[in-house]
Amino acid sequence: MAIIARTGNEAMAEAMRQINPDVVAAYPITPATEVVMIFASFVADGLVSTEYIPVESEHSAMSACVGASAAGGRVMTATSSQGLALMYEILPIASALRLPIIISEVNRALSGPINIHCDHSDTMAARDFGWIQIFSEDAQEAYDNVLQCLKIAEKVKLPAMATTDGFIISHCMSKIETLEDDEVKKFVGEYSPTLPLLDIKEPKTFGLLDLQDYYFEHKMPVVEAMKEAKKVILEVGKEFGEKYGREYGFFEKYRLDDAEVAIVALGSTAGTAKVVVDDLRDKGVKAGLLKLRVFRPFPAEELAEVLAPLKAVAIMDRSDSYNTQGGPLYTEIRSALFDLAKKPKLINYIYGLGGRDIGLEEINSIYTDLASAEKLAAVNYLGVRE
Amino acid sequence: MATLKDLSKKKELLTGGHRACAGCGATIVARQVMLASDKPIVVVAATGCLEVTTTIFPYSAWNVPFLHNAFENAAATLSGVTAAYEALKKKGKIKDDINFVAFGGDGGTYDIGLQSLSGAMERGHNLLYVCYNNQAYMNTGVQRSSATARAAHTTTEPAGKVKPGKDRFPKDLTGIMAAHNIPYVGQSVIGMVNNDLIKKAEKAFSINGPKFLNVFQPCRLGWAYKPEETLELGRLAADTCIWPLYEVVDGVWKLTYKPREKKPVTDFMFKQERFRHLKKPENKHIIDEIQNEVDRRWEELRKRCGDM
Repeated sequence: MAIIARTGNEAMAEAMRQINPDVVAAYPITPATEVVMIFASFVADGLVSTEYIPVESEHSAMSACVGASAAGGRVMTATSSQGLALMYEILPIASALRLPIIISEVNRALSGPINIHCDHSDTMAARDFGWIQIFSEDAQEAYDNVLQCLKIAEKVKLPAMATTDGFIISHCMSKIETLEDDEVKKFVGEYSPTLPLLDIKEPKTFGLLDLQDYYFEHKMPVVEAMKEAKKVILEVGKEFGEKYGREYGFFEKYRLDDAEVAIVALGSTAGTAKVVVDDLRDKGVKAGLLKLRVFRPFPAEELAEVLAPLKAVAIMDRSDSYNTQGGPLYTEIRSALFDLAKKPKLINYIYGLGGRDIGLEEINSIYTDLASAEKLAAVNYLGVRE
Repeated sequence: MATLKDLSKKKELLTGGHRACAGCGATIVARQVMLASDKPIVVVAATGCLEVTTTIFPYSAWNVPFLHNAFENAAATLSGVTAAYEALKKKGKIKDDINFVAFGGDGGTYDIGLQSLSGAMERGHNLLYVCYNNQAYMNTGVQRSSATARAAHTTTEPAGKVKPGKDRFPKDLTGIMAAHNIPYVGQSVIGMVNNDLIKKAEKAFSINGPKFLNVFQPCRLGWAYKPEETLELGRLAADTCIWPLYEVVDGVWKLTYKPREKKPVTDFMFKQERFRHLKKPENKHIIDEIQNEVDRRWEELRKRCGDM
């Protein structure tokens, strides 16, 4: 174990170095570029034995990842925003082929207008492609999540993305604890693919044309694998905690057990909210926070159980779904609570699009709002100018 | 080259029973290219005729490992396969020598997959990319591509009352690939008595690095001719110099076939219904235009190949 100062990008690249995958195919894009640059320097300096493919686009990055993973290799990439969007076409092919490819994804607003800063629109638009999605609050979690994503993905045979928030995590340095190279090697283990393409003695055909008579049946294993992922995510999070002292679940409850009002947030915003919660608690307000870590698979039952006793909950979405009924996190949590006999008042705040800053004051105002939640509109746009 | 007799004894790597049209040229391209390999083969195919007709679940006609990913990314996908192969070979997890081949139609190669192809060729992976060029998107019902012949009828640039089919001549993809300065680029066709395609595929497999073969492939459905005329039309494409046969090895251009007597383009065109409208006297000038362009490109190629 080492205690070092790293940015989120450096932390993710370090996890990739320690995993030492067979193939990395990647294309640079702000703010994930550094992950690719740092990894390329590992290759240049002989610190990894990875075959690195400096592709000409993210579409080719994900296409090459599919080829490499199908061939039987352990495969990773990194991207952001438009880069992830360029991969969208291939993402559901990766999950349908049950290929445990890992993306270090740095959340950045989708164009347009073009913007390079954080929101979650890129990752949220990829939510229905059969990929496991795990969000990180800081560089430490980014590092831990990349390692865990790999293990989870290979166990359930689904691809996974570990995400950080662009610039806020990706470019900010903080103290992190890393594992020794040997510990990582032991934790992730040797990869043995089930049906590698390169088995020339028993040739198999992958990616067949599947029409009305079979397509539906072949989507069901992805559904089942995602259910299985819920168990495996908890097992791996527990193992990580037992071995290295940092346990992970679907979410983190922060002063939530006796709370009356709470915020649900993804990523770096949760860190800011913790400061506000502590401050409010000092003032006698029963405020809490639920930091959601796993968005796919969605831990609906677990969230419902934890949120049910609260009076009012603000769901914070760093992207809009344009369905006119709130952001993706809000609508999924609303759906998760729908069958409860007694449920809290839910309010949606769409905030921070294109990297608009979210500070202590804004979060504090949400807790103030929650005291009279029944007077609030269901969907609110926080901090947007008229 | 192995004799035809020897080749006939080799195991069929693409079995019969697939759903390609009677007289399909694409499956001939795939079989001949694979026959030329003296090592095990791994195939990646772009979405297209060859892929859909041979892999309808639960059936597969492939006796070799086969991967289909999407339409525009066969080259990128195969580059990933070869990278994993290199990594696993270094670790001793794989010991076999393997030839890697991608097949894409002209849609997946000239058009939507051009960037992916260019990237893979520039990066220098050890693979062979084969374009089976039938001059349109045949799989989805004969839509035009940038490989479609001038004045050919397609469903997205049809011959109508005022417009006689495609406006433009096909782009020179083989030349574009040669401009990548890769070790081997070849242009071939099926139906040549000298086994041009098998010879070129053999040569390509013997070279380390990125290789590209552009194979002209008559399509009885989209070109509308009798199924038994596929090979004859291939030969006519070479004999009219509409599709000259040549290769570029380490930057050196060389003709691999020179017709004894160069035939008029109409010998090739008028066997096909896609050019039917050009038989009208008022369209004679288009035939002349095509003949002139074919002559110009042929003379240019001869110069490049030092044949004059």
